[in-house]
Amino acid sequence: MIKKIISIFIIIASIVSCSSSDDAGSGSGNSVDGFNRQSMLTNWADNIIIPVFQDLNTQLADLVTSKNSFIAAPNQTNLEAFRASWLKAYKVWQYAEMFNIGEAEAINYYSKMNIYPTSVPEIESNIASGTYNLSHPNNQDAVGFPALDYLLYGVANNDMDILSIYTTNVNAENYKNYLSDLVNEMKTLTNSVLNNWTTIYRGQFVSSTANTATSSTNKLTNDFIFYYEKGLRANKIGIPAGVFSTNPLPKKVEAYYKSDVSKELTLVALDAVQDFFNGKAYNSNETDASFKQYLQYLNSVRNGEDLDVLINNQINLARSKVVDLNPNFTEQITTNNAEMTNAYNELQKVVVLIKVDMVQSMNISVDYVDADGD
Amino acid sequence: MNFKIKTYLAKQTSAAPLVVFRMLFGIMMFYSIVRFWAHGWIDKLYIQPDFHFSFYGFHWVKPLGTYTYLVFVVCGLAALFVAIGYKYRIAIITFFLSFAYIELMDKTTYLNHYYFISVLSFLMIFLPANVSFSVESYLKKVSYAKVPNWTIDSIKLLLGLVYFYAGLAKINSDWLFKAMPLKIWLPSKYDLPIIGETLMQQEWFHYAMSWSGMFYDLLIPFLLLYKRTRLFAFIIVIFFHVFTRVLFPIGMFPFIMIVSTLIFFEANFHQKIINFVIGNLKFLRQKIAISNAIQIKVEDQYPIRNKRILMPVLMVFFAIQMVFPFRYFAYPGELFWTEEGFRFSWRVMLMEKMGYTTFTIKNAETGAMFVVDNSDFLTEFQEKQMSFQPDFILEYAHYLGDHFAEQGHENIQVFAESYVAINGRLSQPYINSNVDLYKENDSFKHKTWILPFNDVIKGL
Repeated sequence: MIKKIISIFIIIASIVSCSSSDDAGSGSGNSVDGFNRQSMLTNWADNIIIPVFQDLNTQLADLVTSKNSFIAAPNQTNLEAFRASWLKAYKVWQYAEMFNIGEAEAINYYSKMNIYPTSVPEIESNIASGTYNLSHPNNQDAVGFPALDYLLYGVANNDMDILSIYTTNVNAENYKNYLSDLVNEMKTLTNSVLNNWTTIYRGQFVSSTANTATSSTNKLTNDFIFYYEKGLRANKIGIPAGVFSTNPLPKKVEAYYKSDVSKELTLVALDAVQDFFNGKAYNSNETDASFKQYLQYLNSVRNGEDLDVLINNQINLARSKVVDLNPNFTEQITTNNAEMTNAYNELQKVVVLIKVDMVQSMNISVDYVDADGD
Repeated sequence: MNFKIKTYLAKQTSAAPLVVFRMLFGIMMFYSIVRFWAHGWIDKLYIQPDFHFSFYGFHWVKPLGTYTYLVFVVCGLAALFVAIGYKYRIAIITFFLSFAYIELMDKTTYLNHYYFISVLSFLMIFLPANVSFSVESYLKKVSYAKVPNWTIDSIKLLLGLVYFYAGLAKINSDWLFKAMPLKIWLPSKYDLPIIGETLMQQEWFHYAMSWSGMFYDLLIPFLLLYKRTRLFAFIIVIFFHVFTRVLFPIGMFPFIMIVSTLIFFEANFHQKIINFVIGNLKFLRQKIAISNAIQIKVEDQYPIRNKRILMPVLMVFFAIQMVFPFRYFAYPGELFWTEEGFRFSWRVMLMEKMGYTTFTIKNAETGAMFVVDNSDFLTEFQEKQMSFQPDFILEYAHYLGDHFAEQGHENIQVFAESYVAINGRLSQPYINSNVDLYKENDSFKHKTWILPFNDVIKGL
């Protein structure tokens, strides 16, 4: 009897220990009737994430080229071309920021590319001293697109004065060096993220189909929600509109120095979020397995509300509020902040739908505390 | 009647089941504490957070910084002493107090099975679980073959109550007629081998699991009581708990329940465990050899002392256990929604509930306001738990109010904007966002600022 009991315990222990070893690639994700998670991961990787990083890498290569021309000959034409490549790359960046996974997560990619408001004192002191480590965390607010925004638009009052910074200024060489190092760093970082995706990470990403806190679906879902809530809703609209502070902070908008593209960038980011939700391929109208399809599948099991429709409708409503805003958010905030907070409120409702309803439907854990449950 | 009770109370039985239970309980508790520590949860759950959610009336129970580890050391050692049966009474009291202290430090981590451990260890204070097969009996050179039958029955009763009440709680329309929340939970286990993509995705399977779960909980105490169904019941117990362990992250609980149900087995089974343990421990065998020379006097019956205090205490204890889970009748509104009377009632794995709650700090005079970033104050785990439980929301609102008052803000009002989704229903507004929560005080009264649940869940 005792021996029987003991052998039963050993069997239980081995079953449990085997089954709780997570993420070992168990569960192919393929099934006839159910939802195919692996095809969702494949669609994300092959049709969205990798193409986005490829495009971003190309844009940054262009940025490097126009930067080189500008440094060789800092004139108005080259400045315009440089600015145009900056904006083009910045828009593609809006598609990339949410994919804070793999190499991007490991090297803290996002915080080296788009922390704003950028710190003018830090940039200026780096330039003045001529010695700096751009990948140091202290320099997060002195690098990336926002730092370029300052150096291309805000470093002086008008284009002539800006050009003189890079030509006649006593520190002109240091300014040019900083500009150059900044752009090269962005290109290097992007290259390493893309490279990692195309060489090793794609395979790992696609085969990690389990439902654990560290599996691809769960991590990217967390990233997606985090990006929407923080990177888009809070950073682009909420913080400058003063939602989280006693007074509005109009200088905290994205691309403050360029000034008239804050709305444009927000709209691109909103498209990026919605396209990802719907599984729409980057730069094509093809759609494939996605959150939307996953929710539709779960809904067919459960006969609940059409959550995917509700989420798309709410994103559309939020977009319509953003579209009505001034292209220059700083102006919008100083003239009529109520419209800005209205837009924020509609964006906020999407958070509830994705963070509560969508996550509950998919039963994905949003936190990494692996404490016991009941 | 009175006579019947007296004969029942006088009935004696082998002490083996009780002393084996003591040993296994002690070992499992010791292991649980070690496991908790090894996972780094002491640091993560009790030391890192700046703020802790307290149970009503227990605000004075807080983590003690680095000394929190000491509480766990004390608790673990006490469990070990219980296992070997040394200074049993002091050990089990120490275990109960330290364990309860740990559970009271932050209600974010509340789990029914922690409550079960607290309650069980409280009961064990009053049971003579150390009278034989213990270091104590070796040192005192006396052991007792028999203990009053009711001492073992009291553990069976507590276990039975846990199962039965968990079963009663499952008699509700969501569980039985919508297969909720299993319909959410099971399909997400698609990554299990073989059954993940097949059984787990089938609607009939969700219903089958819901119904059999309810019957399991309601019937298992009775099936364990009767000798003819006992072995069958125990196999079901093992299957059920192993299955839930595979499906859900429930840690030690399945093992604790499986091992606890051994108490239902006959004395000769437990005697075999004792013989097995003694036979396998060389060290013990040598000691026994010496002790045989010293001779442990084996007395027949263990005389229970202080019966006059003991009996009323246990009667009150069980009366509370039976009545307390029904306290929700005293509150209006849907229990699952308001959670007034939800905890300490064996409502285990009963609902899928998530929320999203943000707080606005407003100056009542100027109207200036701003929204709080919860991650400035709470861990992700705390924020998750806070977002759908009204008592958490209120306590946190007060904490925020106090915090910003200290920072020099004036005429503070705290408003919550909250959305909660339950069992697959679409999220709905949860808290009246016009009520200044800074002016509301926590109490056992109904919280009027919880918005009504626009649906019905029928049942117990």
